[in-house]
This record gives sequence, C-alpha cells and structure tokens, in this order.
Amino acid sequence: MADRERFAELALEYMPQLYSAALRMTRNPADAEDIVQETYLKAYRAFGGFQEGTNLRAWLYRILTNTYINAYRAKQRRPDERDLDDVEDLYLYRRLGALEGMGRSAEEELMDLFTDDEVKQAMEALPEQFRMAVYLADVEGFSYKEIAEILGVPIGTVMSRLHRGRKAMQKTLFEYAVARGLTPGPSGDDQADVAEPEQAHHG
Amino acid sequence: MGDCEETLHELYAYLDGELEPHTRSVVQRHLDGCTDCLQAFEFHYELRGVIASKCHSDRVPDGLRDRILSCFGSDALDDPDTPIG
Repeated sequence: MADRERFAELALEYMPQLYSAALRMTRNPADAEDIVQETYLKAYRAFGGFQEGTNLRAWLYRILTNTYINAYRAKQRRPDERDLDDVEDLYLYRRLGALEGMGRSAEEELMDLFTDDEVKQAMEALPEQFRMAVYLADVEGFSYKEIAEILGVPIGTVMSRLHRGRKAMQKTLFEYAVARGLTPGPSGDDQADVAEPEQAHHG
Repeated sequence: MGDCEETLHELYAYLDGELEPHTRSVVQRHLDGCTDCLQAFEFHYELRGVIASKCHSDRVPDGLRDRILSCFGSDALDDPDTPIG
C-alpha cells in the first residue's frame, strides 16, 4: 500500500487548485466539492494506470474536467458566444490604456481595479468551452498541448477557444469597470466601431 | 524585424510560451525597439497575473481533505487529522 499512500500525498497537494478550478466550472461550492471528491476517488482507483514521470497535475485536471463534463454538461445550455467577432484583440488595453500612473505599475492598478469576486465572476460568465481553456491557460499555466489533452480536443481548437474566451473575459471585465464608474464607458464612436459585425454567427 | 501588427498578432502565443524560437526572437527584437508594443505585452502579462491570483483565492471547505481521505480508506495516510491551511 506504500504506493497508494504516496499517491494520496502527492495528489492532495493539488487539492486547493483543483477546488478553485471546480468552483469556476460549477459556480457552486457544493457541486465543486462533489466533483473534487469524485475526481480523487477516480484517481485513487485508477492510479495503477498512472505512469511515474507523467504529469500528475495535468492527469488530475483531465479527470476533474471529465467528471465535470459528465455530470454537468447535459444541464448546460448552448454556449452563448454573444458578439465576440466584434471584439478586438486588445479590447481592454485599448480602453484602460497603459494604466501606469503615479509610479504604480499596470499590475498594481489592475489588482486594485477589479475585486477578486469580479474576476471570478468574469471567468464564470464565460461560455463553458471558453472558460475551461482560459482557466487552464491563464490561471493554471498549462501549455496548449496539455490543455488539448485535458479537454480531449485538437490544439487548434484550444487556440481558437482561448482567443475567443480571452476577448469575452476582457469585455466582461471592462463592463464591470464601467458599471462601477471606474472608467468612462465607451463613447458613441467606439460603439460604432465595435458594433460592426464581420460575419454572421450562429452559436 | 516584424512590424507592430505582426508582433501584436503573436502577443498571446508569446505570453503563452508557444512560439517557435525563431518567431520568438523576431518578436523579442521588435519589443526591444517599440515601446508601444512592449506596453501592450506588459499589460497582458500583468492582466494574466492578476486574473490568476484573484481566481486562486478560494478557501477550501473545512473537512474536504478528510472526506477525500476517508474515501481512500483509512490506510491511505497515517494522519488524516492534520489540519490544512
């Protein structure tokens, strides 16, 4: 049983991260707890098939993701892609500017500009497929290849979901900043610019 | 040396560490000489750091670790009562 003990110790190191990821997926603490618990149970049962030297963290995320998808995807409505074709790549940057004032870095400004809850809400507001890709890349720092393996999709799909998901995330964050009066809303001209559709889209 | 549009097109692939060495060095050379692009890259690098740190601030529920360990069976770890931070 020594191997099992060692597995439990190693795998549980990732529990706080997996719990945060599960919360972003399910948006609900009770459901998040359930899928984390189920993930560890599946991992514990399957650990014989886990090869030493492969990436334990990525393997756990794969189980977590599959557990979530199996349990919840049926309940999800189709992704609401809104009008992301209209959103430029540097959406937030173009609107917030470089944010470097009074000797503060952009990072300090951004840390203060958005609350923890706003960033979590912006993440959780992403359509599911985008949310998983963006979370795995931007929060967990997985490579495109790892994300492709975790989600079971081609690398090109990962890149396209990241591209669209990041734009959607920036758009939501900007909406929060505007709603709190932290930055002026888009002017009429800006609206006209962003509202010009490039192609029809059927979500 | 690439132009601004080409450089900004590679922004995320660069920040994601996914560029081929050659393209990466082309982007790097452009950034060395272009404050505008450098600023945009820094903004996105820092935005990502802010998103990551704010998305990791959840408190793990009390007892979750113990419930997981009890699923594993009592022989999984010797000391299941150790509190976690």
